[in-house]
Amino acid sequence: MAHTTDPDTIKKPVAHRIDIQEGGFWHQVRYIGKLLLRDRSGTIGLLLFLTFIISAIFAPAIAPHDPLQQNLRDSKLPPAWSEGGTWEYPLGTDNLGRDILSRIIFGSRVSVYVGFFGVTIAFSIGMIFGLVAGYVGGRTDNVIMGLVNLLLALPYLLFVVFIAAVLRDSNINPLILVILIFGITDSPIFARITRGEVLRMRQSGYVESAVSIGANTRRILFDHILPNLIGPLVTLATFEMSAMIFYEAGLGFLGLSVPPTVPSWGNMLSNGRKYLTTYPWISTWPGVAIMITSLGMNLLGDWLRDVLDPRLRRVKK
Amino acid sequence: MQRYLLSRLGQSILILFGVLVLVFFMLRATGDPVALMIGREATQEQVEAFREAQGFNRPIYVQFFEFAFNAIQLDFGDSLHYKLPALPLILERLPSTVWLAGVSLLMSIMVGIPLGLIGGFNPGSIWDSMARLVGLLGQTVPNFWLALILIIVFAVNLGWFPSFGRDQPSSVILPAFALSVFSMGQIVRLTRSAVLEIRSEDYIRTANSKGLSNRVIYLRHILRNAAIPLVSVLGVQFGYLLSGSIYIETIFSWPGLGRLLADSIGVRDFTMVQAIAFFTSLVVVALNLLTDMVYALLDPRIRYS
Repeated sequence: MAHTTDPDTIKKPVAHRIDIQEGGFWHQVRYIGKLLLRDRSGTIGLLLFLTFIISAIFAPAIAPHDPLQQNLRDSKLPPAWSEGGTWEYPLGTDNLGRDILSRIIFGSRVSVYVGFFGVTIAFSIGMIFGLVAGYVGGRTDNVIMGLVNLLLALPYLLFVVFIAAVLRDSNINPLILVILIFGITDSPIFARITRGEVLRMRQSGYVESAVSIGANTRRILFDHILPNLIGPLVTLATFEMSAMIFYEAGLGFLGLSVPPTVPSWGNMLSNGRKYLTTYPWISTWPGVAIMITSLGMNLLGDWLRDVLDPRLRRVKK
Repeated sequence: MQRYLLSRLGQSILILFGVLVLVFFMLRATGDPVALMIGREATQEQVEAFREAQGFNRPIYVQFFEFAFNAIQLDFGDSLHYKLPALPLILERLPSTVWLAGVSLLMSIMVGIPLGLIGGFNPGSIWDSMARLVGLLGQTVPNFWLALILIIVFAVNLGWFPSFGRDQPSSVILPAFALSVFSMGQIVRLTRSAVLEIRSEDYIRTANSKGLSNRVIYLRHILRNAAIPLVSVLGVQFGYLLSGSIYIETIFSWPGLGRLLADSIGVRDFTMVQAIAFFTSLVVVALNLLTDMVYALLDPRIRYS
């Protein structure tokens, strides 16, 4: 087929470039919105992501039942569409008769907290260290990057489990502890990306010309470097948020995250595992929730990478 | 190249030293390692006796030097739970984990590389969509959840494979597949994007305009160049599979290191946890070093610099 055009070449280039000179902030927002609607998978990603956020914020209003309400007479009911199920509990009930749908809706709160605050911490720490390393250079750079490379060389999951196990007995609130663990252990990746971008920008023409007309450090940082860092870092943040939600559920599965009384996706999986062969839906649904959320963030991240990255790199993480 | 390898070796040793510091001080992060190891029910006398026996009453730098000195000789002390030296217990579990990770890597390669190649060679085709789907699923499906689903479908309903343990040769299939999804996705993505990237290089255009056949271009120009980044990703993924099987081993009662780690955490056997963390890091760091050496051999840009 000689006339088929390569869809990869149609999809990426110039059309997505955002012209910053033209119009103000709202112009840009409208422009980004237009680009988003044009991209089908990006739109789906955004919708899934919004569903996740909204269900976390408005959990009490959306959830049909109290997630902690036990109802032993209605325990282990299957989902509504299968035999013996009722629409009162659309996704069925768990071993204590708690409504699974409501628990998933409330469980999204733990995931939002961990994902949002974990990424915020990792983003902030990583960006500061990356900026310092890239901008100051020299020995400071060597020390910071040495540490970053050390942390990135460790088997990640193993150390997260190790740290969570060691600190489990401390007096810190378990949710805050999990957020801190992910926030700190995930910051090196942000530092590395930031440093790489800063080094690249320092060599670029525009920073050099800013220096040559006598712009001070503050001006170069805030006017030239930071705005250009936002794109790659926000994209990375989307993927990392999805990864953290993943890892939090995994820790919950091992009993190392929030206490078992709190409805969270990991705790639900861990509890449902005991009834795997007899009442499989108890552990199936929280996994579906994790998957859909993670899918949403990955689609959104892929799209953000294309739109926010001015050079439209196709580097896969 | 010698200098490159030496500096990589130096880096690896530094990393391992960092790991030693980390595992040593993490146990003391909450203040008292004794409280961590014997729980809250113990009486005051028991606590003191334990502290004495473990040498936790000595100055911290003495403890650290002893710990580091022993660890260099691969002596990680005794497991608190089994009352036996930790290392032999680890080595006993190691083959199971290596087998699981190996089968898993093989599955990822066998699906990932062909799919990535076909996808990259025919962008926009149905195969390419498949490749992108597998790449996406690898990043979005939690492996511990997939493991549960596999048990429900293939072990309970269909009865094709055992759902736990390592008694039969076929026991490895389900855990290895569940473990492989992430690596499979990564390998597909990387192969596909490597092929796409190389296809747009100048030398491919030159080869095309010289009138070389597609076969020659694919085999000689594209495959050989795509192999280089693949080597490094395979090394990294093997390390990931070796150290990331905690959930999968727990779910399938697989007698490997990951399950030993989870069990040890359960019984507060923190000398064991420490030993596993250090030993696994050692293996992963060594593997990364090895990968870099192979990479240097394959890539002339490193070989001759």
